[in-house]
Amino acid sequence: MANEKDRVVVIGGGLAGLAAAMRLAEAEIEVDLISMVPVKRSHSVCAQGGINSVNPATRELGDSEWLHLDDTVYGGDFLQHQPPVKEMCDWGPRIIDLMDRLGVSFNRTPEGFRDQRRFGGTMYKRTAFAGATTGQQLIYALDEQCRRWESEGLIRKFEYWEFLGPILDDNGICRGAVAQDMFSMEVRSFPAKALILAHGGCGLIFGRSTMSMICTGGAAGRAYKAGVKYANGEFFQVHPTAIPGTDKLRLMSESARGEGGRVWVPRKPQDERDPRSIPESERYYFLEERYPKYGNLVPRDIATREIFDICVNDKLSIDPERLCVYLDLTHLPSETHRKLEGILEIYEKFQATDPRVTPMKIFPGVHYSMGGLWCDFEKDEKTGGLALGSPRNHQSNVEGLFVIGEADYQYHGGNRLGANSLLSCIFTGMIVAPSVQNYMSSTNGGATDPPSTLFEREAARHQADCDALIARDGNENPYTLHQELGDSMTRNVTVVRDNAAIKETLVKIDEIEKRYANAALTDKGSWTNQNLSFTRALGDMILLARVIAEGALKRDECRGAHYKPAFQIKPPDAEDPAEMRRQAAEWCEAFAKQIKRWLKTTIAENTPDGPSFSYEAVDTSLIPPRPRTYGLKGAEIIDEVWKQRMAGEQAGAPTEPVASV
Amino acid sequence: MSKQVTVAVKRQDTQTSGSRWETFSIPYEPGLNVTTILQRIAANPVTVEGESSTPVAFDACCLEEVCGACTMRVNGRVRQACTALVDNLLAEQPDRITLEPMTKFPVVRDLHVDRSAMFESLKRVHAWITADGYFDRGAAPRMSQDAQEDAYPLTTCMTCGCCVESCPQFNDGSSFIGPAAISQAVLFNEHPVGKFDANARMEVLAGDGGIADCGNAQNCLKVCPKNIPLTQSLAKAGRAATKYVISRFLQK
Ligand SMILES: Cc1cc2nc3c(=O)[nH]c(=O)nc-3n(C[C@H](O)[C@H](O)[C@H](O)COP(=O)(O)OP(=O)(O)OC[C@H]3O[C@@H](n4cnc5c(N)ncnc54)[C@H](O)[C@@H]3O)c2cc1C
Ligand code: SF4
Ligand code: SF4
Ligand code: FES
Repeated sequence: MANEKDRVVVIGGGLAGLAAAMRLAEAEIEVDLISMVPVKRSHSVCAQGGINSVNPATRELGDSEWLHLDDTVYGGDFLQHQPPVKEMCDWGPRIIDLMDRLGVSFNRTPEGFRDQRRFGGTMYKRTAFAGATTGQQLIYALDEQCRRWESEGLIRKFEYWEFLGPILDDNGICRGAVAQDMFSMEVRSFPAKALILAHGGCGLIFGRSTMSMICTGGAAGRAYKAGVKYANGEFFQVHPTAIPGTDKLRLMSESARGEGGRVWVPRKPQDERDPRSIPESERYYFLEERYPKYGNLVPRDIATREIFDICVNDKLSIDPERLCVYLDLTHLPSETHRKLEGILEIYEKFQATDPRVTPMKIFPGVHYSMGGLWCDFEKDEKTGGLALGSPRNHQSNVEGLFVIGEADYQYHGGNRLGANSLLSCIFTGMIVAPSVQNYMSSTNGGATDPPSTLFEREAARHQADCDALIARDGNENPYTLHQELGDSMTRNVTVVRDNAAIKETLVKIDEIEKRYANAALTDKGSWTNQNLSFTRALGDMILLARVIAEGALKRDECRGAHYKPAFQIKPPDAEDPAEMRRQAAEWCEAFAKQIKRWLKTTIAENTPDGPSFSYEAVDTSLIPPRPRTYGLKGAEIIDEVWKQRMAGEQAGAPTEPVASV
Repeated sequence: MSKQVTVAVKRQDTQTSGSRWETFSIPYEPGLNVTTILQRIAANPVTVEGESSTPVAFDACCLEEVCGACTMRVNGRVRQACTALVDNLLAEQPDRITLEPMTKFPVVRDLHVDRSAMFESLKRVHAWITADGYFDRGAAPRMSQDAQEDAYPLTTCMTCGCCVESCPQFNDGSSFIGPAAISQAVLFNEHPVGKFDANARMEVLAGDGGIADCGNAQNCLKVCPKNIPLTQSLAKAGRAATKYVISRFLQK
């Protein structure tokens, strides 16, 4: 057996962590796989829709990896570095083939090929799917491979173990991790040559989200506290239609509106009548009225904003306590109901009402963290993609500490395209393995073994933190604090952002942080203490909430999911063509300025006085940024003016854009 | 006072300690499910007698019946706590909701049990495809729509343990691998590539703790939340095991 210290520790066994573990095992590198839940139960199982890649059927229609790259960066409002995205899109077809070989039961065409469906943000049917449980099927295939390696002794699983922090030596190099057994509460060090964090997203900072119970951001907060930079925290995707439960927001697929579902609220605020008895004239079909052209099928971000606006600003939520609007399918014929069977059953199962006869109640739900721990990449100048195997790929600013999956900030920029995340998770797991391997064999990869006192010291430090938390006295309730934090974050730092409101939330975070110091446990025992785990994670959520809220406050623009109307570039409104052209030129000028000021990655670093912010240039070397003019008046003219401007820039001064048009 | 829901929870502090019942009263809300009840108790762990207690330990993750974590006995019936809605439970049993841990697995604490035996069974039946490697070598063999539709339900097994809990043959004294693992073995034996390892799986299915232990009580089928056709898998496994044993005998 190899030296204990030559192992790699992977935190998290979702798609990303499992893909990494499996590839490391294949390379005969021993892995300790640490996860709070049995890896098979990781949050990745929740994904229903599918996974994107170019495929023979879309190629036939002119699709290519390049167009997948283009859709992804356009959808992300150009905020992501392009070389990693290019590499991911290039790998897409191979990854789906691999998952197929590993036994995923993808839906089939009559001829026996994999079937694909279309998702938002593209013209092509790129999305492969396995029934309504694609994420579950993908993670099971990887779980099975890891079980195989486990039985061959290359992977050791530590399930129901919680990551408490990375171990950094005196030179700041990562030497492993400290984790706690969630049953016996034993705290111990896991020495390693490299640490890979694959702990997923952090939706619970917003209280309720579409994510699983363990998506707290606890692991992210602990890495951030130890010195890993946090990038683009303010970018969070909110899905327009989720079923608002008391405990969780469960996704309601877009197909409900696609098949003719209508969104409305009673015109009378909090009308208590049975919705079916409210006459047409007293219903406000606000999407249809406000967007006569697109009606209920406005793009996702617009639907999200309007539903939010109607409840929060117009105070027309059906239920005063729990914000929601009606998504009505009751008028549709029974054939349509049959077509939507799968999603209607989910609604029925949790709401115990039949959406065929009673309108569904839905509200936008926090869904995906585009931001995450910062990590590096190395571009291959020949291909424009990644220099595969470079130890820089996915390595954070802490040497020896790598980040992959939803936990990292790459690939999705300001906004994620549907079905691109399962791909990025598997892809990052696949490519991080050779990078880690090369890091380990390079001389600076911890050539000399650190003293064993380092591991004892770190375990003791975390043990002392646990003891202090258990011993803490006070009258604050961690569950109430979590709810208050989530409510304030959801109200002011999700869909529509306004600086005064965000400041309110920052004040609230100050208050919650103070009160948190008095949050005492009701369980002071030392066996399977879930109270301890939750309260500890709350501390991390407060830390990251500040990163998200302050990042949002500082970013005075609209980009992707970050929508701050006070800083929106004024859209053209002229009827006269000449005036329209002048306004379009003005718009483009403002847009160019916005790119120069804000097309940057937000970087937060932890300091004793809170996060310190800086901004980093984004690699847009493959596809130059262009305006997203969807739904704007004069969109064609803006596009035309922008193209001319770009052409002029290329011919003339390639460095600074000229100030006059 | 607003409507309250009475919840009796069977509690056990450690793996070796005895159990006791505690009763809590939770304000009713529409749409309330059992996992939320447990979260409410965690936020305010005071019994109906006014005694301070501790949060109830339980296992949960997805909260939408797809991860399999939250399986327990609710009103005496094994099922997922996240899809157990209070309205339905009160219709079944109006005076109180009872929560107990599963009985076929060791209790860790309260409602949290240790199901590692099920994951071990998956290891025993080689529930995986033996891929040559994770490099690019094209797609898997094509598969008919019918074959995909047959396989798909079996792939949705979330190792939740309902079937095992209900199975009279799965108990302390037996080495029975249980219906979920057998169904997975069948899934892989029917896969165009998985079947290359069929013999290794048949050794287990035909051996001690294999399919012969199934008494065909069909309880498992009735409790599976994913409606997996378990009895069909068990019948297939039974026939395949018979064939395998005969051919092994003939080859001797
Ligand atoms: C409802 C829903 C539907 C979705 N549908 C789609 C879709 O159709 N297509 C798509 O592409 N994407 C979809 N997504 C997004 C996608 O599912 C996720 O981004 C992806 O699964 C994340 O995978 P991951 O491997 O990064 O992390 P996860 O699957 O979240 O796994 C995280 C792992 O880390 C472990 N962990 C976390 N914290 C700790 C800790 N402190 N200590 C130890 N272990 C820890 C957990 O136990 C777990 O094993 C959906 C998301 C949601 C919420
Ligand atoms: S059919 Fe077999 S496996 Fe299923 S419950 Fe009965 S004995 Fe158990
Ligand atoms: S077969 Fe059904 S009951 Fe058994 S573990 Fe799988 S999902 Fe649960
Ligand atoms: S919490 Fe996942 S099945 Fe109930």
